[in-house]
Amino acid sequence: MLNLLLGAAILINGAGATFPFPIYSKWFSDYNKAHPEVQINYQSIGSGGGIKQITERTLDFGASDAPMNDEEMAKAPGIQHIPTVMGADVIIFNLPGVTELRLTPETLAGIFLGKIVKWNDPALTADNPKARLPDMPIAVAHRSDGSGTTYVFTDYLSKASPAWKAGPGTGKSVSWPTGLGGKGNEGVTGLVKQNEGGIGYVELAYANQNKLTVAELKNKDGQWVKPTLESISAAAAGVELPEDYRVSITDAKGAAAWPIAAFTYLLVYRDQADQEKGDALLHFLWWAAHEGQKTASALDYAPLPQPVVRKIEQTLRRMTVAGKAVLASGK
Amino acid sequence: MAGTAPPPVARPRANLPDRAFGATLTALGGGVFVVAGVIVLELSKVSGSSVTKMGLWHFITGSEWDPVRDLYGALPFIYGTLVTSGLSLLLAVPASLGLALFLTQMAPARLRSLISFPIGLLAGIPSVVFGLWGLFVLAPILRHDVEPWLSRTLGFLPFFRGPPIGLGYLAAGVILAIMILPTITTIAIEVLETVPGPLREAALALGATRWETIRISVLPHARAGIVGAVILGLGRALGETMAVTMVIGNSPTISASLFAPGYSLPAVIANEFAEAGGMQTSALAALGLILFGVTLLLNVVARILVRMSRKGPSR
Repeated sequence: MLNLLLGAAILINGAGATFPFPIYSKWFSDYNKAHPEVQINYQSIGSGGGIKQITERTLDFGASDAPMNDEEMAKAPGIQHIPTVMGADVIIFNLPGVTELRLTPETLAGIFLGKIVKWNDPALTADNPKARLPDMPIAVAHRSDGSGTTYVFTDYLSKASPAWKAGPGTGKSVSWPTGLGGKGNEGVTGLVKQNEGGIGYVELAYANQNKLTVAELKNKDGQWVKPTLESISAAAAGVELPEDYRVSITDAKGAAAWPIAAFTYLLVYRDQADQEKGDALLHFLWWAAHEGQKTASALDYAPLPQPVVRKIEQTLRRMTVAGKAVLASGK
Repeated sequence: MAGTAPPPVARPRANLPDRAFGATLTALGGGVFVVAGVIVLELSKVSGSSVTKMGLWHFITGSEWDPVRDLYGALPFIYGTLVTSGLSLLLAVPASLGLALFLTQMAPARLRSLISFPIGLLAGIPSVVFGLWGLFVLAPILRHDVEPWLSRTLGFLPFFRGPPIGLGYLAAGVILAIMILPTITTIAIEVLETVPGPLREAALALGATRWETIRISVLPHARAGIVGAVILGLGRALGETMAVTMVIGNSPTISASLFAPGYSLPAVIANEFAEAGGMQTSALAALGLILFGVTLLLNVVARILVRMSRKGPSR
């Protein structure tokens, strides 16, 4: 505040994804305490808005849950994705007397395609011999608003099921074959909680904070896994990361990997034009990949695994401010 | 009206402040047209690519909405908007008019202020609160009690068939009815209050009953204003976003049953716009243009109705 009054603050503006907003606001406030001269503003207007504004260069950085597609990349030459933390989708359900539920990629896709319509379907009871699945119609709930959560979920279903890939496909909003739409995680949760026999997908952080009952999934290695911060980080460890980090880590290899996980990204230009701002932004990104990771778990985000952090270090060292590398030697 | 108009006065030449004031008012008035024009222009520009791709006719009559494959049809949203708004009028207009007539014609003055107060309060509740109430209170009641009862008693009609979900056209219609009720009631009360006392007294003096008085002297005089009140209510119902999206089920399908989930134009725009890109943004803008068109059309119809009813009142 004092710096603002003295006009000494370096003001950095960003906007985008809503999903990482809680941790970003914590980071920006923590970073401001450690570096009072740097003030970072963030507006959680949605990934789409973040991509639009960083493309038009009206912001210093954008933020997105889903990586930019090729068409969007072409409009923003020189843009770099930097993973910050990881999140995951979990499956919530509402069955009286049932607290443990196991789903395979096939049964999950079958339910959301509207092919499996009853809870006592043989395909479901085969995986859940202990649970007493009732003769009850399945009430599917999905997001009605366009969201990164839906993108990750449909990305997984497209990999898990050819019928899903040929049908609804992958997107932030898709043409759902069945079910009701609720706005936001809270809307989907409301639909599932109200309807006995309900099933839906929400973000892990939301499910944890509201203590929702979640299903186990069979991952690519054929193991039953629960969604935890460890199983999400494990998903990133099993994936070969490209230079631009635009990679899907759903349905990842690894015995412990949770299959519906994703990175969330900050979007920055590889060459920063403004000396002061660019310098501050690069140092912040370095801080986020190291000190920032320590606060992630407390807010229910999975921290980046070490190999990913190493790779980000390389990327940040190559980034420049007005043509000159900033982090090359010192760090 | 002509009898009460003041006699024409020779106007002195307007001085500068007067002229400046006149110019300001003209500019402000013209500003409305400019804003409306810019909205239409901008929406047309943005919506161009999707409408061209789908073809105007196919865009309006198509019922597929698939952002992944960039296939867009607006019919389910138009249908949902019209059905929920129509349903809300069906429920709210009789209730509002009855309430307004009771309060202005029959109720003692003290009761009137007692009842008007909560009606005004109802108008001030944010729509998200209505939506939450609809989701957590109304929908379970509809699911467990109202919809099963409707399908038992009126199930021979196509409107009351299908599984009782709770969320859908019916829930949206009921919520909208509650939301527009204060609008229509308050304006109807204002209008009914303007009915001159002698008009009623004349009818009463002729031996008319209370209902006959209302029918032959009060309602004809207030007709135009009441139509106006209904139109304002309809305008609110058409454009309502938050409350509707929370209870309508958000499924772009068309079904005759009021129990089925649907979607509306404002709801899909609010839901998908933030994360949309490219063709989808364009299609959503086109939906905005359609909503604009629907509202305009209904306003024109309303104006015609008002004019017709002005011509034919109390002979």
